Amino acid sequence: MSEAATSRLRTLIGRNEKEILDEWVRHQLTADTHRADLVTENDLRSESSRFLAALRAALEASTDVKSEPWANVRGLLTELSQARARQGFSPSETAMFVFSLKQPLFARIRGEMAQDPAVMADATWTASLVLDRLGLLTMEIYQKGREQVINRQQEELLELSTPVVRLWDNVVAVPLIGTLDSARTQVVMENLLQEIVNLGAAIAIIDITGVPTVDTLVAQHLLKAVAAARLMGADCIISGIRPQIAQTIVHLGVDLGDVTTKASLADAFALALKRNGLTVSRIAAGSGSN
Amino acid sequence: MERIPILKMGRYLLVTIQVDMHDRLAMVLQDDLMEQIRRHKAQGVLIDISALDLVDSFIGRMLANIAAMARVLDADTVVTGMRPAVAITLVELGLSLPGVRTALNVERGMELLQAARDERETGDGRRQG
Repeated sequence: MSEAATSRLRTLIGRNEKEILDEWVRHQLTADTHRADLVTENDLRSESSRFLAALRAALEASTDVKSEPWANVRGLLTELSQARARQGFSPSETAMFVFSLKQPLFARIRGEMAQDPAVMADATWTASLVLDRLGLLTMEIYQKGREQVINRQQEELLELSTPVVRLWDNVVAVPLIGTLDSARTQVVMENLLQEIVNLGAAIAIIDITGVPTVDTLVAQHLLKAVAAARLMGADCIISGIRPQIAQTIVHLGVDLGDVTTKASLADAFALALKRNGLTVSRIAAGSGSN
Repeated sequence: MERIPILKMGRYLLVTIQVDMHDRLAMVLQDDLMEQIRRHKAQGVLIDISALDLVDSFIGRMLANIAAMARVLDADTVVTGMRPAVAITLVELGLSLPGVRTALNVERGMELLQAARDERETGDGRRQG
């Protein structure tokens, strides 16, 4: 790309900014990637106009979109791309913002430089190069925005999925939901042990009704949690073992050792009460109905 | 030389470890404890480690050894007050201290010693009768 082509492109945009903007916005509104439900025409017009102005200003300096004079353009795209990623735009819908500028821009170039094919090709190439790079930049930022969303959700999931609940004096329960991996086991274990200290619990029930599969690794993680709780002076009961899981555990040859296991949380709770020397009894019929 | 005090409470011995354990200190504690169990005919040993925020594999093994040795001298051992971080570390090291009784705090530990003793006495009584 030559200096001459850049300067021609700059004067072209400067002279026809209004027309290019109108045509570009029209293109975006009629394209099948337009999301009328997520962005209004006014917003789109102001975004487009700011971008075009920034683009023209940046072309004064160079065509290297990573250089300092392009910081403004990059900033605009970053903002736009992140906002659209959050709003739920698809990748192509986001990328089309930049790519749809090609058509009106190339039409102008053709209109003004038709008399000299070499100059026209040069200008088209320069414009294409710049817009492609900006489009890719948009995609990268979009991707980063999505990754941030995913990471945040993952963290929230980790927090949400491991509550430790107090069932009775000295009895706490952890209902586990979802697959247990090392990271989650660590969080579960830390939460459980901390709550054992906070509540002074002597019995901890780990309920695995919501754990879809138990393989050797998951079993090992469970045993670790049980061993750690025992070291702190709390007994663990594992409950909620579904029939298929019981079969899997035996087929895999997993040794649950001397860990107490119960089929349901209710059974485990009954055992916990019994160990505390408590019983549940039905109150007399007469006093109950009053 | 630095020593960890061993307190006698009735039929039990109470040890609270409040300084950083190094290997030498651990060996001295082990010797002292066995000596005291014999001298006082102690029936139980309670080791409180609530002040320890670091337990390495050597100290972990020492705790297991003390329990086993005390067992031979007919005394039960309870380790109390282990912190969550210490418990996780020991498990990750593969030291889950089988054979060592544990309790959340000293009070519970005492109850546990008492219960173990009662259980054993009724057991012995049954055998004799």
